[in-house]
Amino acid sequence: MTAGSESVLGGGLPAGGAMRVMGSETEYGIHAPAAPGANATMMSARVVQAYAQVTRLRAAGGAETRWDYTDEEPLHDARGWTLERGQAHPSQLTDQPPVLDAEAVALAYGREELELDGEDESGSLLMNMVLGNGARLYVDHAHPEYSSPEVTNPAAVVAWDAAGDLVGLASVRRLASDTELPAVNLYKNNTDNKSVSYGSHENYLMPRSVPFGDIVRGLTPFFVSRQIICGSGRVGLGQDSSRSGYQISQRADFFEAEVGLETTIRRPIINTRDEPHATADKYRRLHVIIGDANLSQVSNYLKFGTTAMVLSLIEAGLAPRIEVHEPVAALQAISHDTTLTTKVRLLDGRRVTALDLQWMYHEAAAKLAQDTGVSDAVDGDGHTHAVLERWATTLTQLDSDRSAAATSVEWLAKLSILEGYRQRDGLQWNDARLGLVDLQWADLRPEKGLYYRLLSRNRMQRIVDDADIAAAVTEPPSDTRAYFRGRCVSSFSKDVVGASWDSVIFDVPGYGRLQRVPTREPLRGTKALTGGLFARHREAGPFLAELLGSAPPPPPA
Amino acid sequence: MAGQEQQQPQPRDTEVEEEVPVPPAPAEGQASASTQGVDDLLDEIDGVLESNAEEFVRAFVQKGGQ
Repeated sequence: MTAGSESVLGGGLPAGGAMRVMGSETEYGIHAPAAPGANATMMSARVVQAYAQVTRLRAAGGAETRWDYTDEEPLHDARGWTLERGQAHPSQLTDQPPVLDAEAVALAYGREELELDGEDESGSLLMNMVLGNGARLYVDHAHPEYSSPEVTNPAAVVAWDAAGDLVGLASVRRLASDTELPAVNLYKNNTDNKSVSYGSHENYLMPRSVPFGDIVRGLTPFFVSRQIICGSGRVGLGQDSSRSGYQISQRADFFEAEVGLETTIRRPIINTRDEPHATADKYRRLHVIIGDANLSQVSNYLKFGTTAMVLSLIEAGLAPRIEVHEPVAALQAISHDTTLTTKVRLLDGRRVTALDLQWMYHEAAAKLAQDTGVSDAVDGDGHTHAVLERWATTLTQLDSDRSAAATSVEWLAKLSILEGYRQRDGLQWNDARLGLVDLQWADLRPEKGLYYRLLSRNRMQRIVDDADIAAAVTEPPSDTRAYFRGRCVSSFSKDVVGASWDSVIFDVPGYGRLQRVPTREPLRGTKALTGGLFARHREAGPFLAELLGSAPPPPPA
Repeated sequence: MAGQEQQQPQPRDTEVEEEVPVPPAPAEGQASASTQGVDDLLDEIDGVLESNAEEFVRAFVQKGGQ
């Protein structure tokens, strides 16, 4: 790692290892068993609405805030558009709770789809919330999505990603108590096994100076093979499950290209979407769409931790110089072989297993981490050592002790239940009960979700304590701008009219117009930098006066 | 393969806490997936699985996502 990119990465995060600004996105499968034809967009909006109701009860005044789309609209100039809109339609922007009406939803999602439902839901729909923990909860297409706040290390990703599952659970409970409308289940999976897939995405901040071609070359062999440690397992082969069997990854069969911009069709192994949500000339937000949603904490931890380390390798120019022949086919061949003996061909002629590929990356990552000092058990960055050790342990167990690996690797844990049923009841892979085990593995309700049944029996390892996950539902991470966002939302909810990854918008009496506070540096707005400001002010006006008066935005460094 | 040299000598089950260097942990896997208790586990799962598996799985139809 060069000193140059170290400084670009935001002053503070040690380079060369597993620390990085990153976050998760989860689209949940959604289903109302009592109303199987119910409109998915409407149901998803009910989930968001339910969470608003839950948190209003808890936070007494509503800790939730509308999403600021300013920077999601690349055609518009952010500042000018905001000011113009603020002056033209201030009343619309200050509505609480923020809503989109059915008409706007129809424009966004297609009128036909709305009317299929048959029910008159002409009232307003809450489509977006910014949560007090810095996360975003919203309706994405036909699924509720939780986007975690930005964090700096893989253990924190696990906590704030799992917090999203508790957010979803809170909504499920609330909707179950509604006697008027059907209950809604949420599933943390990625396919309905009938040809549809929905995503679980990862975001990693990188210096823009790294050539994208290096990212593609360095990541592709890694992404082809990392599913053996973080795949969630799937009953069924092929996008429509037309062939029976079990495979390692939920998502592998839905990928059809090597590189591309799309996320919903012809999905590429490397996605090129480039909205940095940060200072654009310094950063790139690498948007990773190939992962499975993970309930297993170890799989999730390794998914983010090892990927962050491989990005460090790429930034340092030290990624293994290997290239997989026909990576899409290789990805699927590896997913379809639970014995892990399938070999894929490299362009240099070697034939290697997914385990071989993972060991090549581990070796390179361990060397870089050692050279930079970040993996030192005492003087390192506090995270990389643990990631490297988990990674090696998991690969070793996958090779030689699969029952041990089944306590941490999600696809193996699921497989252990499925094999139990197959042996006890003589079930074939196309038996509906195995399909149900696959689906119900991911049910967010701990009394129904099979992952949670294993967790409660101590058959799945934890990375973070339950108490830390519960705290992450309401508390933002302390060491990124998510702290500023989350605290603004929870401290000044009546005066915050909008927020996004890189802004918080206030409407405070006495200021003639809306005040938009940009937060374009992900490692500012931390507790260390703004905690005192929040402690000093109970009212948004004086808070803003100090914030804006003492230094130009973003929040003072 | 060369990477095998990177193997750690034994499995560890370290709790990872933020900002705290992770000490070597003696615990050998708090969790156990041994076949012991599998029957027990399946009995429990029998009790929580949705009834009518075929219909339930068939009805789980999603619209496209990312």
